[in-house]
Amino acid sequence: MSVLNAKIPEGPIKDKWTNHKNKINLVNPANKRLIDVIVVGTGLAGGSAAASLAEMGYKVKAFAFQDSPRRAHSIAAQGGINAAKNYQNDGDSVYRLFYDTVKGGDYRGREANVYRLAEVSANIIDQCVAQGVPFAREYGGLLDNRSFGGVLVSRTFYAKGQTGQQLLLGAYSAMNRQIGKGKIQMYNRHEMLELVIVDGKARGIIVRNLVTGAIERHSAHAVVLATGGYGNVFFLSTNAMGSNVTAAWRAHKKGAFFANPCYTQIHPTCIPRSGDYQSKLTLMSESLRNDGRIWVPKKMEDVEAIRAGRKKPTDLSEDERDYYLERRYPAFGNLVPRDVASRAAKERCDAGFGVNQTGEAVYLDFKSAIERYGKEQATVRGEKNPSKERIIELGEEVVRTKYGNLFQMYEKIVDENPYKTPMMIYPAVHYTMGGLWVDYNLMTTIPGCYAAGEANFSDHGANRLGASALMQGLADGYFVLPYTIGDYLADEIRTGPISTDTPEFDEAEKSVVERIDTLMNINGSQSVDSFHKRLGMVMWNKVGMSRNAKGLEEAIQEIRTIREEFWKDVRIPGSKNEFNTELAKAMRVADFLELGELFAKDALHRNESCGGHFREESVELDGEQKGEAKRDDVNFKYVAAWEWNGDPGAANLHKEDLEFKDIELKQRSYK
Amino acid sequence: MSDKTMNLTLKIWRQKDAKSKGKMETYPVTGISEHMSFLEMLDVLNEQLVVEGKEPVEFDHDCREGICGMCSLHINGEAHGPDRRVTTCQLHMRMFKDGETIYIEPFRAKGFPVVKDLVVDRSAFDRIQHAGGFVSVNTSGNTIDANAIPVPKDDADEAFNAATCIGCGACVASCKNASAMLFVSAKVSQFSLLPQGKVEAKDRVMKMVKQMDLEGFGNCTNTGACEVECPKGISLDNIARMNREYLKASLK
Ligand SMILES: Cc1cc2nc3c(=O)[nH]c(=O)nc-3n(C[C@H](O)[C@H](O)[C@H](O)COP(=O)(O)OP(=O)(O)OC[C@H]3O[C@@H](n4cnc5c(N)ncnc54)[C@H](O)[C@@H]3O)c2cc1C
Ligand code: SF4
Ligand code: FES
Repeated sequence: MSVLNAKIPEGPIKDKWTNHKNKINLVNPANKRLIDVIVVGTGLAGGSAAASLAEMGYKVKAFAFQDSPRRAHSIAAQGGINAAKNYQNDGDSVYRLFYDTVKGGDYRGREANVYRLAEVSANIIDQCVAQGVPFAREYGGLLDNRSFGGVLVSRTFYAKGQTGQQLLLGAYSAMNRQIGKGKIQMYNRHEMLELVIVDGKARGIIVRNLVTGAIERHSAHAVVLATGGYGNVFFLSTNAMGSNVTAAWRAHKKGAFFANPCYTQIHPTCIPRSGDYQSKLTLMSESLRNDGRIWVPKKMEDVEAIRAGRKKPTDLSEDERDYYLERRYPAFGNLVPRDVASRAAKERCDAGFGVNQTGEAVYLDFKSAIERYGKEQATVRGEKNPSKERIIELGEEVVRTKYGNLFQMYEKIVDENPYKTPMMIYPAVHYTMGGLWVDYNLMTTIPGCYAAGEANFSDHGANRLGASALMQGLADGYFVLPYTIGDYLADEIRTGPISTDTPEFDEAEKSVVERIDTLMNINGSQSVDSFHKRLGMVMWNKVGMSRNAKGLEEAIQEIRTIREEFWKDVRIPGSKNEFNTELAKAMRVADFLELGELFAKDALHRNESCGGHFREESVELDGEQKGEAKRDDVNFKYVAAWEWNGDPGAANLHKEDLEFKDIELKQRSYK
Repeated sequence: MSDKTMNLTLKIWRQKDAKSKGKMETYPVTGISEHMSFLEMLDVLNEQLVVEGKEPVEFDHDCREGICGMCSLHINGEAHGPDRRVTTCQLHMRMFKDGETIYIEPFRAKGFPVVKDLVVDRSAFDRIQHAGGFVSVNTSGNTIDANAIPVPKDDADEAFNAATCIGCGACVASCKNASAMLFVSAKVSQFSLLPQGKVEAKDRVMKMVKQMDLEGFGNCTNTGACEVECPKGISLDNIARMNREYLKASLK
């Protein structure tokens, strides 16, 4: 028996959550006032959890490293949020959303969790509308939907290209209501640097005030980590500059198992990098694949002519273009899931067909969509025999209302007009499906320590479908955690306030202060960023879109070397008792340098291809699926949960076997 | 894509902390690519300073794609710099010329005290939202079906446009009165345009305006500077709408 108990409730899948909720211990309102909960992170997961917990009556302290909860990286989500509302009457249902999510995750997610997610998804939309979230609407005044990769129905709700912003502002407003009532105490510009365990339970955190540098102790009866993903271990990603693994990693080093660290999503549609100075990569929402067609030239001479500036993409006729997704995957075409689309782009670029100077770019072309919409509009408006220019004008108008801000963003960065010439895109690190292992109640392996949102290992298996992270973050925060945590807190009503004046807090604070002093005293010669960039290069080249055993073994060695050098030669100017971004970055990079090794170790042990994890040793050799990823359900149908054992390389592996009772395990085919 | 590089002189505001006095310092930077973003250019400077053992310039930023509202900066006298409809993180060096001197200062306003160098404290914006920037609905999920109340598309679109405010504070920094009207009116408008927010509209506008005044933001004299510098194109119409709402609410 594994030490892992996922605590999945008994009964048929569709009744599990209801039955579980009915059996959960409740805390009465008077007692809730005696219970403190710390929520680290104010993104969709943390913001919604903090608001809900405070509303239920718990005393909440919330923390964020930005200067306002509204700036959590959820704000950047563009495309949309899924929900099984079936407003479009296209055959959607809770079961179908569940099925698509499990399949999209390449059968590496936990069925019971995913079903619950699909089940509460519809409530999210009701809730958000009630909060005043201005979703896109049709002319009849009802909510509009779009489709996303990997599915055949239209179930994605959106607010232009700013869905995450609108949802986060909704959660932020719910927080504000509670902050105004004094029920949430908000700590902005505070970074969690340690988890405090007392008698085996999570009882508090140590944070650094990023303005003054002061180290503070905060205690609570339970600690919720909603600190987002760790894609920045690659240095370049679509994450915000400050996104980090520190909170989760500190919990890991205190006993929380880290699950599937190697499951990373490389998103197919991002703006390609332009130079060594590049500090981050910008996503172009997957929703663009609804209307954009992806291609590269068929002939190498055209590729060369384009790179040399002798030809423009618009010079190429239809039959000189290779719409490779439509060619390879006729059923899903440009709407294949992200992992498939990313690998296909890499395959074309590796074969030499990349269309920019770096050879790492493919086209995303809106010409057909503009013409199609233009003709439609002309018909709707009763314009007979419209000119070509008129059609394009009308079509561009439609595209502008759908994706205006994305097109503007692209133009500002690349300095080209995507209405007139195709966008250039390339895959980039975007999301981490791995994270802290949690049971059905979202509790980690440390009693009283919970993880929500992207920070947990989540419901997305080995690959996340578009528009499902926002859904998961809000499901966790509004509808799951506030209930499941009650089960644990019901036993805490007699505990009384947790003192911070104890040996455990002394010890935790001391370890943080020592870590800071060590870093400040190195006084070496290289900047924090220079180490971070080196780590990122190793991760991208050897632990990135496709991996093999040799590369992974080398990566582990190289990461160790960089880590050792970091602790000998990093330079952090200024002092610890002030606003010091270099110090804050150094604390994060120190943890990335450990996580990176565990990440590679996990990728090495998983000798199968599944979802975002593509092992070159594991591909289909023949048949219709030739060249596609080959999953190995006999040997790897489990969650890999790693236990800290003094060093990232020494971590112990625990397996949670995944049972598929309601969905048949199948080879994923999008052909 | 061509790749021109340039050499620049930066004049940057340095201030140790909220209590210290600050002053402008001069820094040369060389080999700046026109494709760099403005913040990447500052990264280059900071990398240089760190290696020289000097303290890097502190500035706020996070998403670097114009949505979190964390970046700020007054560049050559303009909030978010010379380009229109962009935040500082989206500003690209192709907007500048080789050999140019660029002046970089923090947002200046009574409501936004300097924290360090180019970093300012915009928590006043949060406090205005605590006062009423929400619809009083519980997060139970047991509300009515999302499609139970149709909302005319035009209202929904206008509410959305107002809701795209990123809370950056450029409107305040560009206003000679340091007024926060554009920011506050955007939130008030978003809610008052939607049926869900209308119920509390009167109460909301009174509370938010009261808090805005308490935070020391100035009066609006309709100069329109805020709209020009707002990276999200938040319209002055919102201010007019808020004034109407406020009047209605005070007359009741
Ligand atoms: C560009 C982009 C576009 C996306 N588009 C979509 C989309 O269209 N649909 C979709 O479903 N998903 C999308 N995603 C994914 C989705 O946005 C994220 O997975 C999700 O928002 C994460 O939410 P979260 O609450 O878990 O974390 P975050 O929103 O990242 O919040 C993390 C919080 O933790 C805090 N924090 C972190 N570390 C610490 C620490 N050490 N101490 C204190 N506080 C800390 C931060 O301050 C922040 O408040 C997108 C992601 C990106 C990057
Ligand atoms: S109104 Fe415009 S300038 Fe003012 S805070 Fe909002 S986005 Fe920034
Ligand atoms: S850094 Fe987020 S808006 Fe500029």
